[in-house]
Amino acid sequence: MSNAPRTPVIQLRELAKTYQTGEVEVKAVCGVTLEIQRGEFVAVMGASGSGKSTLMNTLGCLDQRTSGDYLLDGVAVAGLNRKELAKLRNKKLGFVFQNFNLLARTSALENIELPLFYSQPLVTLRDRRERAVQALEKVGLGKRGDHFPSQLSGGQQQRVAIARALVSRPEVLLADEPTGNLDTRTSIEIMGLFQELNESGITVVMVTHELDIAAYCKRIVVMRDGQVTSDTRPDDRRSAREEIARLNQVEAKASLA
Amino acid sequence: MFTLFSILVARIWQTSLIALRALRRNKMRSLLTALGIIIGVASVVAMVAVGNGAQARITSQVSALGENLLTVFAGSKRSGGVSSGLGSASTITLADAEAIAREVTDVAAVSPEVSSTAQAIANGRNWSTTIAGESSAYLKIRDWKLAAGSMFTEREVRSAAKVAVIGSKPANELFGPLNPVGQSVRVKNIPFVIIGLLESKGAGMGGQNQDDKIIIPYTTAMKRITGDKFLRSVNVQIASTERMEVAQQQITSLLRQRHRLTAGHDDDFNIFNQKEIADTVNSISKIITLLLGSIASISLVVGGIGIMNIMLVSVTERTREIGIRIAVGAQPGDIRLQFLIEAVTLSLLGGLIGVLCGVGASQLVGMVADFKAVVSTGSIILAFGVSSVIGIFFGFYPAHKAAALNPIDALRYE
Ligand SMILES: Nc1ncnc2c1ncn2[C@@H]1O[C@H](COP(=O)(O)OP(=O)(O)O)[C@@H](O)[C@H]1O
Ligand SMILES: [Mg+2]
Repeated sequence: MSNAPRTPVIQLRELAKTYQTGEVEVKAVCGVTLEIQRGEFVAVMGASGSGKSTLMNTLGCLDQRTSGDYLLDGVAVAGLNRKELAKLRNKKLGFVFQNFNLLARTSALENIELPLFYSQPLVTLRDRRERAVQALEKVGLGKRGDHFPSQLSGGQQQRVAIARALVSRPEVLLADEPTGNLDTRTSIEIMGLFQELNESGITVVMVTHELDIAAYCKRIVVMRDGQVTSDTRPDDRRSAREEIARLNQVEAKASLA
Repeated sequence: MFTLFSILVARIWQTSLIALRALRRNKMRSLLTALGIIIGVASVVAMVAVGNGAQARITSQVSALGENLLTVFAGSKRSGGVSSGLGSASTITLADAEAIAREVTDVAAVSPEVSSTAQAIANGRNWSTTIAGESSAYLKIRDWKLAAGSMFTEREVRSAAKVAVIGSKPANELFGPLNPVGQSVRVKNIPFVIIGLLESKGAGMGGQNQDDKIIIPYTTAMKRITGDKFLRSVNVQIASTERMEVAQQQITSLLRQRHRLTAGHDDDFNIFNQKEIADTVNSISKIITLLLGSIASISLVVGGIGIMNIMLVSVTERTREIGIRIAVGAQPGDIRLQFLIEAVTLSLLGGLIGVLCGVGASQLVGMVADFKAVVSTGSIILAFGVSSVIGIFFGFYPAHKAAALNPIDALRYE
């Protein structure tokens, strides 16, 4: 919190990422300049292969850029080594994947505890459990702590993954197609969760290729061929809570008929 | 500094828990992986125990010959190139024995010895046994105790008394459970009064039964049994271990002089130095123990390679898990530690089970063989040390491989 509140939490300048596969060079991201402020809720859209995942992985410090600058909370990521990147991921970032990426044969609570395992300073066993339980309640799965991922539905697994991303109280929540494997209703529920989290102050950046989903975000960035082609803030933003209420009504009517 | 240390300990502890959980998930595989180490450690422990046991047994046999003992044997008689064995030639006389007692320094006791095989008759039974003529100091020199009765005296030796001390074998053959002391035994038709019964000593160095003999005064034996003036051997006890070599040299030159042997002639006697034999036997059995131990430790290395193999498989299998851990903030050191601890746990587990198996195996060998296997704490500590070093050594490469994974590639791994 040493930075002035005006400093963007994410700053990209001419960011580029090139993959070298044999003879062929693939410019997955080329020259993205972007600023994301604290408290924003950004959807990154674009066709398949447009470089959305590459951009997100770079933002998530899972991958390093080829050229350009990336400042996370004012810190230049380019100069950091693997250990420092790990600390950054642990402390400032939470990542949610399309395929959930939970540890199999490991209970929901233990999955959520995982980032705290690697926190510095060390989190005690009791604090770890307590914070994991809190996170689980926040995503609305309070009673499922000892379920294994295989015993949970896709939506529930994604909630566990979101709880895991939240448990270390990150600045930014990054999600790459978090609703990609979920049905419409569950997708809206997940968006509702994101909206709630965003209202409580967390910056959310998510990838989606569905306009319906992007409509729940405050800002929409569109990419094509590794570049940002549009960056808008729609004023007809949807509320997931209202949408679910509407869906419930429709369903109630249908079951009466 | 202290907080840093306690954080480190807590971190290792937490990582150990992760590692243990991973091993518990694959119980069967973990056990099979540890099997190489189990066999290796068990065989090291057992081999060394058996080697030590055998060594202790041989050492006690050698020292049972008597302490600081030099035995002067008459040379072997040769007829047409065939040797009849030590003591068979007629070269050493009673006068030689007396000269040794008189002239060699540091002599504690001298016991001339003659021996022959004869039929002993008593109690209506008969038994062919060794009749040994000895001095009254013989039992003391050989460190041999009596089970009953007493040894004959110096006086009885001088008067060539017809008394005998009987070994447990002929006592058993002739008298069964009866107490032989006070009974009479006839050898070559001469009646001897049995005044003592020897404690059983078991098989000697050469495997012959030491208990199968009857001891009588050497004077009586020379006069009535063997009927000649030559000795089979002279047992010479030296006052201290350090003086044995000097004494051996003195006896050699004394006897050469007495037998008028010139520079060109070989000795017509042989001197057995009990300490030399003990030293030789000791060093041989040490080499054998070392050899057994090192053969067994090859299987430890093989076990280590087994661990490396399974750890590499495990790293590949769990690539996604590693990717997830790295993605949520595990540092390369955390991942390395996790896999290293898994490898070390496997090898220590193997070491522990191996020690138990090794001790069990040694006990079994001890039951079958006629000596007790001696499990040494040294070999147990060594086995543990070696297995943890093996765990670290063979676990390092897989652990390093896991820690070096790129999170994106690891997460995409199918
Ligand atoms: N690891 C990689 N190696 C080589 N090329 C890659 C790799 N990852 C992505 N790409 C290429 O980079 C481009 C952008 O991919 P990606 O960021 O996954 O797009 P999106 O998520 O928008 O579908 C694609 O052309 C893809 O083929
Ligand atoms: Mg993608």
